[in-house]
Amino acid sequence: MQAFKELAEIVRKEKVAEDLYRLTVKAPDIAEFSRPGQFVMVRTVEGMDPLLRRPFSVHQVSGGDMLQIFFKVIGKGTKALAGMEPGQQVDILGPFGQSFTMAEDSLHILVGGGIGTAPLLFLAKHLLKKNEVYSLRVLLGARTGNEIARVAEDFTNLGLTVDIITEDGSLGRQGLVTDLMTELQQDKQIMVYGCGPYPMLRAVAGICRENSWACQVSLETMMACGLAACLGCAVMRADMQGYVYVCKDGPVLDMNEVAWL
Amino acid sequence: MAVESPKMNVDIGSLRLSNPVMTASGTFGYGEEFSSLVNLHRLGAIIVKGISLLPRQGNPPQRIAETACGLLNAIGLANVGLERFFSEKLPFFDAIETPLIVNILGDTVEEYQELAARLNDEERIAAIEVNISCPNVKQGGVAFGTDPEMAHKVTHAVCQHFNRPVIVKLSPNVTDISLIARAVEDGGADAVSLINTILAMAIDIESCRPKLANVFGGLSGPAIKPVALRMVWQTAESVSIPVIGIGGISSPEDAIEFLLAGAKAVQVGTANFINPRAAEEIIQGIESYMVKKGFASIEEMIGRARKS
Repeated sequence: MQAFKELAEIVRKEKVAEDLYRLTVKAPDIAEFSRPGQFVMVRTVEGMDPLLRRPFSVHQVSGGDMLQIFFKVIGKGTKALAGMEPGQQVDILGPFGQSFTMAEDSLHILVGGGIGTAPLLFLAKHLLKKNEVYSLRVLLGARTGNEIARVAEDFTNLGLTVDIITEDGSLGRQGLVTDLMTELQQDKQIMVYGCGPYPMLRAVAGICRENSWACQVSLETMMACGLAACLGCAVMRADMQGYVYVCKDGPVLDMNEVAWL
Repeated sequence: MAVESPKMNVDIGSLRLSNPVMTASGTFGYGEEFSSLVNLHRLGAIIVKGISLLPRQGNPPQRIAETACGLLNAIGLANVGLERFFSEKLPFFDAIETPLIVNILGDTVEEYQELAARLNDEERIAAIEVNISCPNVKQGGVAFGTDPEMAHKVTHAVCQHFNRPVIVKLSPNVTDISLIARAVEDGGADAVSLINTILAMAIDIESCRPKLANVFGGLSGPAIKPVALRMVWQTAESVSIPVIGIGGISSPEDAIEFLLAGAKAVQVGTANFINPRAAEEIIQGIESYMVKKGFASIEEMIGRARKS
């Protein structure tokens, strides 16, 4: 797999909501080769603490050389990254991992939870190259509205129908994103593309199995390298006879490949 | 007086390296993973992920945790096993001229011995590195590397069945590492490499549980460098075979410290995860330093800090 190391200049920083940021960087090689679902490894400081790079899904690519990541401040690394300003450079490796497989002749259901919506915008744009607007549905869930309001707007601007549900009811209906799934019409072959926290994905996979829908999920784990060298990102395989590695076999996996422990 | 192009080559027994910088086992996959990011031909040697006779799945997650300037891991020696190493990983090296060193691990002396014998038939393999930090299942699970007698025995068995250089990788989780170093030197080792990771742990204060499913893991990265340097110094004083320094080496300056302490070569480990080109940059940096300081060869630098 072709991967690159680029010193990418930050061209735009957008504070989407409290602790939620989008960074646009100029990384021509990585942007050119990125496919929806793939990720990059970003060095958040020049020093040694935090030591490891942080993995981020590619949120969008634009203009042929720009790449965007969407993240929430949760620890030292993301805090450092949120403190960076346009004009500064970040050291990025990628693109890594398996991308989403675009299904054919299906109703495409994009299911995102919180910051897990990150790779779905890029996916939607790719799907729209070959599919009509009405064959895509976007279901977004979050704890609270401001976590997804901005991204929901981006989907809407693509002409897509977006259903929103929040745990606190501050935006859209009140409930979990899986509640929206149970209301889906089943007159067509369905492909679900899920990304979000692990418990949500497990619930999404459960509903897909019950309804015999195909489902791909994008998993997130800790990883040290992204290169399948550290083997830190192991997830138990469905047959319980070994592990899949999120960086190399994923991050996008068919729901049937995972044991869902 | 400045030296234009210093001699970077070093010998580890009969193994000739174009420069003293290798990639450490377990941090560089099977080489191929890094091929689009690194010029593999510039490296002194490539040491691949430790191989056991049979495949190993490894430990359940969580397998890694980040600590201050360090990385904790309990991967559990996951690897494809010898057969798949031969059929799937070794052919990649047909096109690579850099010396290939295979790290081996086992549960019993017999396992190490069989690995050595099988690897001996593959001419492409320049040397083996023996991981003796594994528990000996026939001796109540005590790690080979913590007991001089067991360390000697496993080294001897490997050397009997492998006719090229044998490097023994030492565990730092001992009271006196030089004692183990002398035991493996007696056992016939051509070199020792040290240190392997330091036994450590971390606790998640939210869940109130250890961060690693295995509870304990091995600490690596810049955090362990001073400990590693001290152990390399002590070991270089105690044995006459070459010492290969490992432990948190992330920059040319780090590598130079190890050479000055008495290491004849170094391995770059965790730094590969953060900067896949770390080893290449270290090679360049050592060369620049030599030019600046007027060292004509690596040999001139080795153990320099020990001389009064």
